[in-house]
Amino acid sequence: MIEVKNLTRYYGQKPAIQNVTFNVEKGEVLGFLGPNAAGKTTTMRILTCYMPATNGTAKVAGFDVFDQSMEVRRRIGYLPENPPLYPEMTVESYLKFVGKIKGVDSKDLKKRVETVMDLVNISNVHKTIIGKLSKGYRQRVGLAQALVHDPEVLILDEPTVGLDPKQIIDVRKLIKNLGGDHTIILSTHILPEVSQTCSRVVIINEGRVVAEDTPENLTRRLQGNEKIYVEVEGPDEVIEKELRSLDIVSSVVREKKTDGKVSFIVESIPNRDIRKDIAKTIVQKGWGLFEMRPVGMSLEEVFLRLTTKEEEVAFS
Amino acid sequence: MKSYLAITDRELKSYFVSPIAYIVIALFILITGIFFYLIISNFVELSFRYTMQAQYYRMAPPKLNVNSMAIRPLLHNISLFALFWLPLLTMRLIAEEKKTGTIELIFTSPVRTVETVMAKFTASTTLFVVMLALTFLYMVSLFFFGNPELGPILSGYLGLLLIGMSYIAFGLFFSSVTDNQIIAAVATFAFILFFWAIGWMSGFVSPGLGSFLDKLSLINHFDDFAKGVIDLGNIVYYLSFTFFGIFLTYISLESKKWRL
Repeated sequence: MIEVKNLTRYYGQKPAIQNVTFNVEKGEVLGFLGPNAAGKTTTMRILTCYMPATNGTAKVAGFDVFDQSMEVRRRIGYLPENPPLYPEMTVESYLKFVGKIKGVDSKDLKKRVETVMDLVNISNVHKTIIGKLSKGYRQRVGLAQALVHDPEVLILDEPTVGLDPKQIIDVRKLIKNLGGDHTIILSTHILPEVSQTCSRVVIINEGRVVAEDTPENLTRRLQGNEKIYVEVEGPDEVIEKELRSLDIVSSVVREKKTDGKVSFIVESIPNRDIRKDIAKTIVQKGWGLFEMRPVGMSLEEVFLRLTTKEEEVAFS
Repeated sequence: MKSYLAITDRELKSYFVSPIAYIVIALFILITGIFFYLIISNFVELSFRYTMQAQYYRMAPPKLNVNSMAIRPLLHNISLFALFWLPLLTMRLIAEEKKTGTIELIFTSPVRTVETVMAKFTASTTLFVVMLALTFLYMVSLFFFGNPELGPILSGYLGLLLIGMSYIAFGLFFSSVTDNQIIAAVATFAFILFFWAIGWMSGFVSPGLGSFLDKLSLINHFDDFAKGVIDLGNIVYYLSFTFFGIFLTYISLESKKWRL
């Protein structure tokens, strides 16, 4: 549904994005993840035909964003980072206006506006002036605006910013429900949002795609070499030496020592389970094994690892 | 076409839901009203004095022409007030959308740039027509007390509409190059004032250039309208000026989408 190929955009001499390539299948919800100024908004603006790319192509529903921009624009619902609202209008008249310029048939307009207002739960404020609404309501009016012409593709730039926890849950549920019929790209830097709503994640940093996978795979893949936390009672020096001597252990880090119990983080070489060997060694030596558990890597850590420079990781 | 109407409608309503339109119109009417009163009182006083003098010297009372002595200067005044007022109406047209980000909605909707530009131009022009129509009531009142000629008044108002459209077109352009409304207004004002006064330079340059500058001047083409002469050349001049402003606006917006 969306094909992005080698997309590059320069602002003057400075590249905002470089060779960004990814695909989104019909009905998929793609999470677009990255720190601030990574190029998320730039990519979205190119996809929505707001600005041209310096190089590369992007197609939405088979239409090129540059050459067939009108066709693309008809099919896209876009919620920019700041919802594009006219503060002097009422919610209803605003949505009607958006419907008109998006090409909604005048006979369907009233019904469409009512439908989207119900969908994002703003029917109670339909006669209110937008300027008087709270941040959460404005964000949802922005979302309604993106949905009013029932587009095939939805592009949402940080859709849950400014919402309270309950509204966040509602909006995520809504996005998840919209997936399937709609193809959605949403950008965010809130990681749980990605694991809850998206079927696939593209992580972008400094203008380049650094990873692309399902949230689960991404977490698994980056764990790579598994880490195990062990707590043992015994002579710490000897234990450490003994653990190191296991041939599938790549590193052992001593954590802390309390009441004669020592804890270690033992890292295996990639794709090998070392738990059995550790347990065996400890039991054979007659030390007391108090605790042993895998140390999972949360999506946060994956994200940090991918978007933080190598030397900084080493330093910390 | 549908988008054009929708944007025009929204633009016009946004003038009227805020106090801007009311204040701008009310003060415009007030100032024109004051000038109308001053010019007409002056004219009335003058005609009294001349009638008295004529009686004193036992001559026939002079025929003073209200059209050339009162209405024509008044039309000139209105064209000057429009120069002060219109940049304030046009400054927000695009600059505000850039500031608040709503431009992103317009540009990602299936709306052609020319529709957006024309819609905004239409909205401002409509507001200006309302302003002119209200000042026209002053002229109408003259018919109750005298017998001015209708023709020169109508041609004068046509001239006002045309010169106003020229102001608006460039107001729109300067609003499209910045997201700061003050800058948009000041630039428009300076630009129009320059083209207003450019004819005054004609005396200091070579005759060829001088007559060119005279032709270029915004106000020189207005005088014929105020006199009651509708000259095609003048109409073409104002329409070209307007078209050029609109065209520049179109280019300045459309160029954002060019691949450089």
